Amino acid sequence: MTTIRCDIVSAEAEIYHGEATLVIATGEQGELGIAPRHAPLITRLKPGHVEVIQENGERESFYVSGGILEVQPQVVTVLADTAARADDLDEAAALAAKEEAEKALADRSDEIEVAEAQARLAEAMAQLQALERMRRNLKH
Amino acid sequence: MASGREIKTKIKSTQNMRKVTRALEMVSASKIRKAQERMRVSRPYARMMRQVIAHVAGATSEFKHPFLVERETVSRVGYIIVSTDRGLCGGLNANLFRKTLAEIRDWQSRGVEVDMVLIGQKAVQFFRRLKSVNLLGSTTHLGEKPRVEQLVGVVTLMLKAFSEGKLDRVKLGYNDFVNTMVQQPRLEALLPLPVAADEIIAEQGERGEGDTVLAVNMKREHDWDYIYEPEPEVVLEFVLNRYIESLVYQAALENLASEHAARMVAMKSASDNANKVIDELTLIYNKARQAAITQEISEIVGGAAAV
Repeated sequence: MTTIRCDIVSAEAEIYHGEATLVIATGEQGELGIAPRHAPLITRLKPGHVEVIQENGERESFYVSGGILEVQPQVVTVLADTAARADDLDEAAALAAKEEAEKALADRSDEIEVAEAQARLAEAMAQLQALERMRRNLKH
Repeated sequence: MASGREIKTKIKSTQNMRKVTRALEMVSASKIRKAQERMRVSRPYARMMRQVIAHVAGATSEFKHPFLVERETVSRVGYIIVSTDRGLCGGLNANLFRKTLAEIRDWQSRGVEVDMVLIGQKAVQFFRRLKSVNLLGSTTHLGEKPRVEQLVGVVTLMLKAFSEGKLDRVKLGYNDFVNTMVQQPRLEALLPLPVAADEIIAEQGERGEGDTVLAVNMKREHDWDYIYEPEPEVVLEFVLNRYIESLVYQAALENLASEHAARMVAMKSASDNANKVIDELTLIYNKARQAAITQEISEIVGGAAAV
């Protein structure tokens, strides 16, 4: 029987790697059964099970909370998300990141004071040095 | 010459410092192993992702996603900078910031504006002082186990800006973990993808391995296309977003391992220096003690002779 290579990975772990006679997954537009020599396909996955049927008839089942399924003539790749993701959640995260930066910018008052003080100190030191030099010249 | 007691307190305080630097060194030495392990387990995902992206970029689709199209004029670039949250790690952050700053100044001298998103406390502290760059977003306190969700916010900000045409280039800056002794500050092109592919080819030549093969593949024309479910627009958007996320996540992991390695080395040399100082001080202390005894004896002898 012909087989197709199947890789299931997530960003934080390698989940499955081996040969399969059939891979079943929940695509965005319905259940998919990928047999060897399937046409190239790429789709988003819905949260659900990915089932791998191995050569000896054994079934392995994994839960994924979403991700990408890609089919190439020789290989099926499942790129699983590590956590539940949704567009509005991403949006919220983006807003949070923006707010954090704004806070950091608003918060720079103390830093500026320090920088200003340092600048004044440097200036004062330069003046002192100049005075010192003048005094030495007068003595001579 | 300082008195015995003074030198003794100095020795004590140096010994205390050495205790701290030793502890930090050992903490980093144990954390670095975990950080490397985390880098290792995340690699398969990154590798598969690159393969999928190389396929996607190679497919002749009627729809061209903006991420795949190189723009002719560049008027605004975005930088994603990954740094550490804590200091005491030698020149790790400073080297990266210097490299970034040089590039920023270069862009600005050509009239190109710069937007940034920052990951890590140190980058925020450094770049918020620059008035000439526009800070889009930041995230800090990733901890020892960075999770993808922590990075989604800043990455989404950049990608949105790019899709809307506000940015023409996006670059990623981080410290590449070569080995425990060497960490390399790197600035890589992320978007658009053809620019990133050119960069890889320029760096490694067409005959390289891994990334290069994919990059060459990306530049070539192919005569097949996927079945997209649902529409190509939706799927490509999703896949490319995940790809960029995975690159930034990988960079965060590399940077974490680099941080611990750099801290370990910095703390080791600090401990060595403390040892040297302690040795010197002990020598001075003993000399002072001996001088005091000699003086006392000669005073007694002198006193006895006078009687």
